[in-house]
Amino acid sequence: MPDNAQLLQLAIATPLLAALVIGLGLPKRFSIKLAAVAFIVPALIALWLWSQFQPGAENGYAFTSDHATGLTQFGISLKLGLNGVALPMFVLAGIVGLAAGLYALQANAERLKIYLMLLLIMQGGLLGTFASIDIFFFYFFHELALIPTFIMVGIWGGRDRNYAAMKMTIYLTVGAMLSLVGLIAIYAQSPGHSFDLISLRHELASQPITATAQRYIFGLLMFGFGTLVSIWPLHTWAPLGYGAAPSSAAMLHAGVLKKFGLYGLIQIALPLLPIGAGWWAYKLALLAALGNILVIGFVTIAQRDLKQMIGYSSVMHMGYCFLGIATISTVGSGGVVLLMVAHGLSVALLFLLATSVHHRTHTFDMAEMGGLAQKTPVLAAFFVAAMMASIGLPGFANFWGELAVFVSLWGYSKWITAVAISGVVISAVYGLRAVARVFFGPPSEHFQKVAAEHPPVDMPWSERLPAIILIATLLFIGFWPRSLSGPINAALTAKPAIATAPVSFQR
Amino acid sequence: MTLEFLQAAAESNHWWALTPELIVAFTALVLLVLEIFLPKKEHRFIPLFAVMALVGALAGVILNFRSPEAWSLTPLFGGLMKMSAQGQIARIFFLSASLLVTFLASVCLPRTRMPRVEFYHIVLVITAATMLLAQSNHFVMFFVALETLTIGLYILVSYFRDNPLTLEAGLKYLVLGSLSSGIMLFGIVLLYGAVGRVVDSSGVVHTGFEFPVLASFLQAHPDNFLAIIGALLVLSGVAFKIGAFPFQVWVPDVYQGAPTPVTAFLAVSSKAAGFAVLLTLVNSVFFPLKGLLVPVLSAMAAATILYGNLSALKQRDAKRLMGLSGVSHAGFLLIGVTASLTVPWAATAVWFYLFTYMLASMAVFGVMAHLAGENDAVQDLDSYDQLAKGKPFLAAVLVIGIGSLAGIPPLAGFMGKLLIFLAAFQAHLYGLLAFAVIGVVISIYYYFGWIKVAYFATWKDGKSDEQPATTGTAPNFLGVAVLTTLALATVVLGFFQTPLTSWLMK
Repeated sequence: MPDNAQLLQLAIATPLLAALVIGLGLPKRFSIKLAAVAFIVPALIALWLWSQFQPGAENGYAFTSDHATGLTQFGISLKLGLNGVALPMFVLAGIVGLAAGLYALQANAERLKIYLMLLLIMQGGLLGTFASIDIFFFYFFHELALIPTFIMVGIWGGRDRNYAAMKMTIYLTVGAMLSLVGLIAIYAQSPGHSFDLISLRHELASQPITATAQRYIFGLLMFGFGTLVSIWPLHTWAPLGYGAAPSSAAMLHAGVLKKFGLYGLIQIALPLLPIGAGWWAYKLALLAALGNILVIGFVTIAQRDLKQMIGYSSVMHMGYCFLGIATISTVGSGGVVLLMVAHGLSVALLFLLATSVHHRTHTFDMAEMGGLAQKTPVLAAFFVAAMMASIGLPGFANFWGELAVFVSLWGYSKWITAVAISGVVISAVYGLRAVARVFFGPPSEHFQKVAAEHPPVDMPWSERLPAIILIATLLFIGFWPRSLSGPINAALTAKPAIATAPVSFQR
Repeated sequence: MTLEFLQAAAESNHWWALTPELIVAFTALVLLVLEIFLPKKEHRFIPLFAVMALVGALAGVILNFRSPEAWSLTPLFGGLMKMSAQGQIARIFFLSASLLVTFLASVCLPRTRMPRVEFYHIVLVITAATMLLAQSNHFVMFFVALETLTIGLYILVSYFRDNPLTLEAGLKYLVLGSLSSGIMLFGIVLLYGAVGRVVDSSGVVHTGFEFPVLASFLQAHPDNFLAIIGALLVLSGVAFKIGAFPFQVWVPDVYQGAPTPVTAFLAVSSKAAGFAVLLTLVNSVFFPLKGLLVPVLSAMAAATILYGNLSALKQRDAKRLMGLSGVSHAGFLLIGVTASLTVPWAATAVWFYLFTYMLASMAVFGVMAHLAGENDAVQDLDSYDQLAKGKPFLAAVLVIGIGSLAGIPPLAGFMGKLLIFLAAFQAHLYGLLAFAVIGVVISIYYYFGWIKVAYFATWKDGKSDEQPATTGTAPNFLGVAVLTTLALATVVLGFFQTPLTSWLMK
């Protein structure tokens, strides 16, 4: 019986090895079976580790292991483990990966083998990202997951895929390079020249980086990570890219990979650079509240394309996450982690359902839909539930995340809280309008024609299963948020604690 | 000149220490003899001798890699050469690069009616010269080795002499190469003149040709005007070799016109030879001029990165693209060299980068060699259209090679860039880092464009009936083996660097 640390390594290695075996020329039937196994194993391990999690001695990290890859003299080694912040993200990656994988298996895409291979590499990279204690490998695994996205958009993408792939590649490379430089800057400033997050925390708690350097480094990380999370005004790649991406890639990217930047800010930037964070916090809050929530909120309402609308809505919801981070508080950061998990599940579900809608209406244009609910009641039910979750209805996980963010925000700035809460109204407007235009009302001419040629069938079980997995997790966390908030709280209050910036820096 | 001195000098003639160079150079002569004496139909076996010599020498160096003599820093031949760890690393590098060049030649040469044996002969001569160059400790040795290398390349660049583009490339390389040799020689002479006659305690006369003598002179007189000008002129000559700004003008035309194996030779061996020399010069001989060198090298690195990347943006010819992107790689390497003045381990980072660069660009050149049509000097990017459909193996190798050159994790090229970045950070070269980041982002555009041509356009509406281009040679068993090895090594080194770092670091 392997111990839990080995299980963690197994979870990361399974998809990568499966991708390798498929790449070496496994026949298609076996490839499909192997891919299914490689998506199921990490999800099961993630759930098992979630049930077994006890904050460990090393800065709250459990299931730790350490391997040298030949760069130990530069302070780089493959150090894996999970703390209370990493665990929810790891579980998120496991579950969304499983749903995206199952959805891809039934989609029967052209060149399915390469598609599955890239998706598996992405999944392995995602799991590795959140399980890395070494911040170099944290970045490394992220890139491993990022590169397949570009290729998938370029090959299997929809409209404008070449332009979208190029734009995504350039934007995300800029973001990734800036964050890499920021991470190396932390490394270079640390007394022990190490990339190991645990020792960095200990070293920098006793010998903090100078205030000026913190300001520069936090700025680098904020805009680097921010581009990856689609902070306004560096968000334009996101709707375009998600609009063009094949559904499983969009699910994994919008659901999990995008959270890398927020996770990096919470796990690395806030604890290591508290003064820098204090200097930037108000600017970040302004960008998030006015840009991401208000501007993008109204842009979202104006969308006609269902997939682009979901893409814009995910940009908008990132605004709440940035606001939670800007409060530099335990409640705020904890709320962001909850919200990341909830948003990851719900946006993945929405992308999945949008593709299912497209299969039945042959368009993403909402003006050319209508009345789908009569033909496909189950799909409609799922879609309404997903939209409600995304808006933040109590009972779904999103509610708790948003609530915690608003609570922490109230103590930070009342007017920003008001803006943020008005964002919920905006989400309700576009969410409910989308539901109404797609599923209810009289069917449009276009849809009547399509429905006559290809009578829409309701979701078969192969499509329902991934949706059920996602929605069940959303409801589970919605009704029992303690299952996540307990570990999160333990991690955020672990010693050496996140230093709170002096009040004078905050405004 | 006392008798004792002559005896001591004679005792330092350790011929055994030069075994790899001797094997390679001797085989070069044997090849010519064989061509005369072997019957015509056996001539196709002659290249095998070249390969055997290179493999033998490489095996010998690897087996003796850690032998104490090889690391001893003993001056040989009365101070003409010095054995060092860097010399050993350089030997391995140049021998493997030449092996790969002979592989490329075995793909390209059969397509033309040019003589073959001479090609391998010159490759071997150049290999020996580069190895000697990396170990030289005296400006006479240095210049002779460098000129042997350069003259060999003059011939190789214009090897396909019935192609006008190749001839143009040969002429350009000859004119500009001679000019740079002249500049360098002038610099050496100025240094010689500045140092003058130095008599040591035992009454032996030394000159400014000797690296240690020059170094101690510069230590004592760091602001000697003549010496500074001389040092800058010597560095300019080296900058020509590595294609650094403002000595990069020859790169695109020469890379395009030269036969593909020679382009690879220029891109890998010639550039690495330049960097081996530069590391020696900067870190031992000219080190006292650090205050001057850091700004000069930094400016050069920044301009090289910008120039290489910006001019590569709109290239449509694969070889020109490789040339100009190679210029930007020289810029990254220059950052490493600049950093090595402050953090000594940066020299290791430079070598790491060079090795990953060799693996990746040889993989790309290997694909190019297989795809080249009748006219070797024209390799338009459009000919890569639908590559993934027609030749999936070559397309996969191409993507791994380009990805590594672009520095995309998890490939080896990313690790090379990372080490350079770490070194630059520790040396506080923040401005250069900004240029490096801009360079990486620009380079993504053209490298990605290349991949896009090979892969994405393939499934244009899914219905195009065009047949993929059929020019070029299908890789034979050897080709598949070599290209697979290069691609796998690039991937493995991205995840697991121990095989390389354990060699490069003591």
